[in-house]
Amino acid sequence: MMDSFLFANFLSLRLWYALPLVVAVSLVYAATRHESMLPILQHAWRIAVWIVGFMSIVFVILFLLEWHYL
Amino acid sequence: MTEYRLEKKLRSLLDKDATSTFDSVEIDLKDPKIATVIAWLLPGAGHFYQGRHGKAILFMTCILGLFIFGMTSGGGKVVYASLNTEGRKIAMICQAGVGAPVFPAWLQMFRMEIFHKKEPILQGFMAPPRSTDPSGRFDDELAAWHYDFNFRFEVGTLFTMIAGLLNILAVYDAGCGPVLVIPHPAKTKPSPDNDRLQEAYK
Repeated sequence: MMDSFLFANFLSLRLWYALPLVVAVSLVYAATRHESMLPILQHAWRIAVWIVGFMSIVFVILFLLEWHYL
Repeated sequence: MTEYRLEKKLRSLLDKDATSTFDSVEIDLKDPKIATVIAWLLPGAGHFYQGRHGKAILFMTCILGLFIFGMTSGGGKVVYASLNTEGRKIAMICQAGVGAPVFPAWLQMFRMEIFHKKEPILQGFMAPPRSTDPSGRFDDELAAWHYDFNFRFEVGTLFTMIAGLLNILAVYDAGCGPVLVIPHPAKTKPSPDNDRLQEAYK
């Protein structure tokens, strides 16, 4: 019960700070690789998916470790 | 005037399939040195100078937006320059990438730490923390900031640092144009042109 509460609380608060970071990093990085807006947006989307995927994997690993050891 | 034609040359060298990621756009970088300086001073300004308005708006929105978001998260206290605060130099070096928006921090540092004035100007905007907490709750002002803003102080510091680092990418883009993505040899069709290109980049 407590774990579920903490999990929901975490999702509703601090994780959202990653959103502007992911958007800005993806767009700026992609913009340094292309000149036209369409390739920039396509590249930015791929980078954003990659970053969120990587963060999700790390999140799941840490969550399972925490769940297992505590 | 410097014409940016490298992408066009590469496009002519490569197979059609291998160039799908390239844009066939010629870019007039005007004076790259001036563009570099302006791009550092204000994110996106260098691209405005070059007439690359779309990228200018993108860089300005993303980088300044991230910087302002970080500043707001940290209560406006996360950007300051200090020679005395331990571990602060790396943060300030990264934040300095944003350019002119951090100039008040340097001004405050010179005033308070070089010329030893006790009170900051600009109502303490971007001033380094004082050795004593004015509210009297903690030993120094930095501890009070950490207590007041909690994790948002760290998040704000991180956001402003990343904004500075991202502007370095934008500055490079203003000075040299987009970084070319060279297709991986294993992912391109074998051809004499592709082999020549890969050899040229070794």
